[in-house]
Amino acid sequence: MNARLVSEFRSIVGDAGLVSGPEQLRTYECDGLTLFRVVPDLVLLPATAEEMQAIVKLCYREKIPMVARGSGTGLSGGALPVKGGVVISVTRMNRILEVDLPNARVVVEPGVTNSAITAAVSGYGYFYAPDPSSQVVCTVAGNVAENSGGAHCFKYGVTTTYILGLEVVLSDGTLLNLGGTTMDQPGYDLVGAFVGSEGTFGIITKVTLRVIKKPETTQVLMAAFNSSSEAGAAVSNIIASGMFPAAMEIMDRLALEAAEAAVHANYPNCQALLLVELDGSAREVELLMEKVGPMCKECGAWEMRLAKSEPERMAVWKGRKAAFAAVGRISPNYLVQDGVIPRTALPRVLGDIDRLSADAGLRVANVFHAGDGNLHPLVLYDRRIAGQEERAMTLAEDILRLCVEAGGSITGEHGIGEEKKMFMPVMFSPADLDAMQRLRSAFDPYDLCNPTKMFPGTDANVQKPVAYEPHPIELAGLAQRY
Amino acid sequence: MSEARVQNNEAWIELSTIVGPEHLRPAMPEDAVDGVRPAGVIAPGTAQEVAKVLRYCSSAGLTIIPRGGGTQLGLGNRPCKADFVLSLERLNRVIEHVWGDMTVTVEAGCTIDKLQSVVREHGQQLGTDPMQPEQATVGGVLATAESGTLRIRYGAIRDLVLGLEMALPDGSVIKAGGKVVKNVAGYDLTKLAIGSLGTLGVITRAVFRLHPVPVATATFAAMLPTASEAEKLVLAILDSHLVYTGLQIRARREDQIFVHIRFEGIPESLQDQFTKLSRIAGDHEFVDCSDDVWMERQKLYVNAASSMICKCCVLPSQIGSFCDSLFLYAKTSDLAFILVAQGTGLAEVRLDAPGQHTLMTALSFLRSEVDRLGGTLTVAQCPVTMKSEMDVWGTVKDALPLMHRIKQKFDPAGTLNPGRFVGGI
Repeated sequence: MNARLVSEFRSIVGDAGLVSGPEQLRTYECDGLTLFRVVPDLVLLPATAEEMQAIVKLCYREKIPMVARGSGTGLSGGALPVKGGVVISVTRMNRILEVDLPNARVVVEPGVTNSAITAAVSGYGYFYAPDPSSQVVCTVAGNVAENSGGAHCFKYGVTTTYILGLEVVLSDGTLLNLGGTTMDQPGYDLVGAFVGSEGTFGIITKVTLRVIKKPETTQVLMAAFNSSSEAGAAVSNIIASGMFPAAMEIMDRLALEAAEAAVHANYPNCQALLLVELDGSAREVELLMEKVGPMCKECGAWEMRLAKSEPERMAVWKGRKAAFAAVGRISPNYLVQDGVIPRTALPRVLGDIDRLSADAGLRVANVFHAGDGNLHPLVLYDRRIAGQEERAMTLAEDILRLCVEAGGSITGEHGIGEEKKMFMPVMFSPADLDAMQRLRSAFDPYDLCNPTKMFPGTDANVQKPVAYEPHPIELAGLAQRY
Repeated sequence: MSEARVQNNEAWIELSTIVGPEHLRPAMPEDAVDGVRPAGVIAPGTAQEVAKVLRYCSSAGLTIIPRGGGTQLGLGNRPCKADFVLSLERLNRVIEHVWGDMTVTVEAGCTIDKLQSVVREHGQQLGTDPMQPEQATVGGVLATAESGTLRIRYGAIRDLVLGLEMALPDGSVIKAGGKVVKNVAGYDLTKLAIGSLGTLGVITRAVFRLHPVPVATATFAAMLPTASEAEKLVLAILDSHLVYTGLQIRARREDQIFVHIRFEGIPESLQDQFTKLSRIAGDHEFVDCSDDVWMERQKLYVNAASSMICKCCVLPSQIGSFCDSLFLYAKTSDLAFILVAQGTGLAEVRLDAPGQHTLMTALSFLRSEVDRLGGTLTVAQCPVTMKSEMDVWGTVKDALPLMHRIKQKFDPAGTLNPGRFVGGI
């Protein structure tokens, strides 16, 4: 980038808001998906919405591609820089602007972390429901861009359910307020359209969101089975009985081994472990939990433990939350996928995954949100063995195809980004994709906001793909993939 | 246009070729939309036929008013043109209820009652209770984003939709979202379509997530002396651990304010909830009452041809002061009102007055009041003659140009519901 432009950017954000040293720029070359890397020309860290607007206007004038970035924990390469473009980080805009408890509303700047929202209201018995596993570091703007989920989506829904208003800067520098603090604003639901647009519609400068009251009681039951299909049958029975658990999670043998090696979760030595979490009024949870145990037993559960207190619950969840990173203990390399299937297709798809895994000669560990059918197959391989990496990538792709064939989706919470854009035509027809492009062009006619992402046929000029490596924050134990 | 002329013109012949002559009929007086009478009513049998009709009309410069059960045709501004009503009556099947997945796929013309009765066979429900469910259709409820009293627990209708199929004016049939609870692939076009009043495309099919039917239900009512006390009680309930599926304030006179609450769950927990409720309510006594109170919203619209009904969205903590303003205003004018406000802050107010002038003045007052509170007001129902004097949606702020650009991208010829939506869209 020429010096005149750099100094023009510098005059807007100052020295503190500009990164241009080659070594420093490398920090921003990828997000949580380290498979793809592009060094940006410049990184800008505005401190206010006005600075953001000025930066974007300058980019618009010069037609420079912009990639917005939160903490960079995304797992699909959504914040991967674009060659010749700038990265705009929102992390300096990190103030909580307003907490309105009577109305359960919180107004925050885009760089506030997911956990900070809950921390601001938890003293009053409230929490922010979407709980991606990177919640300690990931930003609310990143959550909005990716429409992030978490373990408790089956009951509580994903990010889009909780966002009421957005202040955004469009690619031409227009500052817009979408939605608001009250519900049902007349006109198109542009907040709903913006959430999950992966940074391609504009850049977020303020978020108005809803927090909810913590349930009176939460209990989690852990049940050991001889197979994933037995555990799956128990899930079906629980749903058929009319219960609506806050979370239902299954881990298979390999995932359990990994969790055991990593955090000594002290799980039963079984082929499949099911976690069922119920929350709500104390009396109701107490009574319903009494029924869950026998239902699991009927399906073959041979050991069950009920965690009622907070420390007990944390102990049970510990192994589950650590499962992704823990796989590093039993395999030198691994790929994470994020496909979703209708829950009833679970036994069939798991069988198919087993078959594919055997054919490829690679192990696949399964950890999944059984309530909502979100699978996270972990394809284990060793990069040092010739050909394994390619086989692992092919296997991961085949698993995604299985998900689509079963009526599901290629991504439940990680997003399309750079990683899965080639799969969009597997799931969507040309007409579907064209409708998406029309919406995009209404927001960003020149394709300046995060271009080359989400749709096939565009190339970010990425470096030759390298295999998955854990993100530094994963290695530091601050976040896990799931 | 005379009937004979209409039936011989090119458009008529073209359209009847698409859907079959038996599915295109001349419009009756009751097919008029805000007094604008279309030439015909067309009822396609498939999404592809809907798309073909749209493409033809779009290219021929004709306009379409999509219609489900017709329960909300009074919503929106008066259409500037209405050549054909497109009825979804033939797209009325429940395609697939996968109870194990707690999802259902249904065509847009299916009534809410029919859908509920199918999923109820497996102890499930669509967690919404829109008005006139025996007539209101899935497509109509989605296009108008009508959410009922259950919203406070299950979310708005937008939160229950997993996927949509839509026919667009360019003749394509697209799908948005999918069939699974978690899905972030591509843009969420379902959100764009929901509440767009059929101005971007015609919804032909929807996939919903379902909830279990509760084992038991109980409704309680308390009478409160003032609106501010009612608000205080509602806020205390919102801040509690109670698990309720309905919470509303109803007032018809300033000294007759009721708070209604509904609990759902297993019988043992209902008793427990009631005990806790009584503790929160303090001096205000809650008593058992009939489920009928959840029909109060719908009752607002009965015999309302000459009434005005305003949908006002404020914050829950503003309901009291909003009510007080209304009460005070009504006292000084010749105005009767009924207010039904949900705990979410959505208040529907029916106003009756001997003359339209009084209603118009009352509207200006309420709008200024809602503006002051930072909320919004939509006129959901009023005599057609009043519509020429106002925009029922009020003013949309800085996002309107963007909304126009979106409309332009999806419906460049202005085929769908011209003039009925915000800002002339």
